[in-house]
Amino acid sequence: MKPPVFDYHDPETVEEALDLLAEHGDEGKLLAGGQSLVPLLNFRLARPENLIDLNRLGSLTGIRREHGSLQIGAMTRQSTMEHSALVAENWPLLTEALSYVAHAQIRNRGTIGGSVAHADPAAELPVAFSALDSRVRVRSARAERTIEISDLFVTHLTTTLEPDELLVGIEVDPVPERTGHAFVEFARRHGDFALGGAAVLLTLDSSGSCERAAIALLGAAPIPVRATDAEQALVGAAIDEKAIAAAADAAIADISPTGDIHGSAEYRRDLCRVMVRRAIAAANRRAKGEPEPESSNGVID
Amino acid sequence: MPDKRHVEVSINGETYSGEVEPRLLLSDFIRHEAGLTGTHVGCEHGVCGACTIQLDGEAVRSCLLFAVQADGRQVRTVEGMTEGLPEGELHPLQQAFHETHGLQCGFCTPGFLMSLEPVLLEEGELTDREIRERLAGNLCRCTGYQNIVAAVKLARERVSAPASGANED
Ligand SMILES: Cc1cc2nc3c(=O)[nH]c(=O)nc-3n(C[C@H](O)[C@H](O)[C@H](O)COP(=O)(O)OP(=O)(O)OC[C@H]3O[C@@H](n4cnc5c(N)ncnc54)[C@H](O)[C@@H]3O)c2cc1C
Ligand code: FES
Ligand code: FES
Repeated sequence: MKPPVFDYHDPETVEEALDLLAEHGDEGKLLAGGQSLVPLLNFRLARPENLIDLNRLGSLTGIRREHGSLQIGAMTRQSTMEHSALVAENWPLLTEALSYVAHAQIRNRGTIGGSVAHADPAAELPVAFSALDSRVRVRSARAERTIEISDLFVTHLTTTLEPDELLVGIEVDPVPERTGHAFVEFARRHGDFALGGAAVLLTLDSSGSCERAAIALLGAAPIPVRATDAEQALVGAAIDEKAIAAAADAAIADISPTGDIHGSAEYRRDLCRVMVRRAIAAANRRAKGEPEPESSNGVID
Repeated sequence: MPDKRHVEVSINGETYSGEVEPRLLLSDFIRHEAGLTGTHVGCEHGVCGACTIQLDGEAVRSCLLFAVQADGRQVRTVEGMTEGLPEGELHPLQQAFHETHGLQCGFCTPGFLMSLEPVLLEEGELTDREIRERLAGNLCRCTGYQNIVAAVKLARERVSAPASGANED
């Protein structure tokens, strides 16, 4: 349970980090919060020859609003975003998703960039960022580019980032008026990775019908997936129990989750349906400004 | 063998320095280099919470940090809790654990104390559910947690209430 030998680099500027990454990208790893990487090192499941520590790169931290959009630096700690009033007021889906991520001690170190770059299929933030149609900003010594979140995840722990690329930040557009949000998941114990979950944003028109819907699923596939059929089924509809049930059925029509010892594929599929149903109901309630029920996290158990 | 690095880590106000391999975990630096064995190590992959310390005032896992990352930083471990107190006196949180039987074997206790110390200063009421969430990142195989919840409540009461006698006219 001790990490293997590696060469340690702790650059003080992004440019320095990019040069190191260009040199060592193939046999190197970036170290952000270390809350996923260090366990892998301790188990020796990862044996990078070089470790490039991003923790001195102050310029990669911080949460700002620019031209209405949210800009999150990759090295912003999960706990910083969890306590950000700007995020809670304008992008509450992210705040709610974070309440399910690990534990306070882990969120004090874990970063937003690391949570996205790690591409864990059971992680909450990639799912929430997918529902929000976010973009990631990426830099290398060669170039700079922006990737739509829908083009980022390839499979389990794999993204379209090149070995010499550094994720520098995440951008989220403003959420329209009259939008309700909900992040719902089921895990065996609070703070564990979830078996299934859903992130929903519902925008209602002035008559209370659905104008726009975004539904992203956790645990339905090795990457976050958008339930586009379910989203389309909701648009134009009045959100009642029947519409919710139909959308939840549509959401799982095409998914084939991977079963394991924690839950069979069939169980996970059904779980996704229930999570979508609860999330739509909660988002609808919030879009209408109805009071939160007494139970946990504002979502009916 | 990669180069060793010189680190200076302030632990409970005292500076510990040494030449370390970059792969040395902070938990091992604390225990083996600084000789402060109050910080326990259970799982070494972030799950159990036994190794929790405070880095610049925030509770973190010392098994998921490298000693080189703590260079020039302030670390607080369980040993620091009684610093400045009269001999034999315990920190209010330790005293509450003692009185409510918040520990049995004690293996998990230093981690709980480091996680929960900042919770004593949180403003407002905390429900039982909220207290349980605060301690969800630490595992205890003995107590069943009830008495740890009781300890947090007792310590919060004492810390927020003026100490008895202090207000006597
Ligand atoms: C006990 C425990 C429970 C947990 N439970 C949950 C949970 O319920 N939900 C959840 O979502 N997470 C959970 N986590 C993981 C935690 O949220 C991690 O912090 C997070 O997934 C990774 O962020 P990090 O900053 O720690 O990344 P690191 O561990 O430092 O890095 C992870 C990977 O991302 C790469 N990387 C990091 N930053 C960048 C960047 N800027 N550009 C390119 N690549 C980068 C690294 O090279 C590495 O491959 C848990 C962790 C532990 C130890
Ligand atoms: S030893 Fe660090 S969390 Fe278990
Ligand atoms: S008292 Fe024994 S593990 Fe907690």
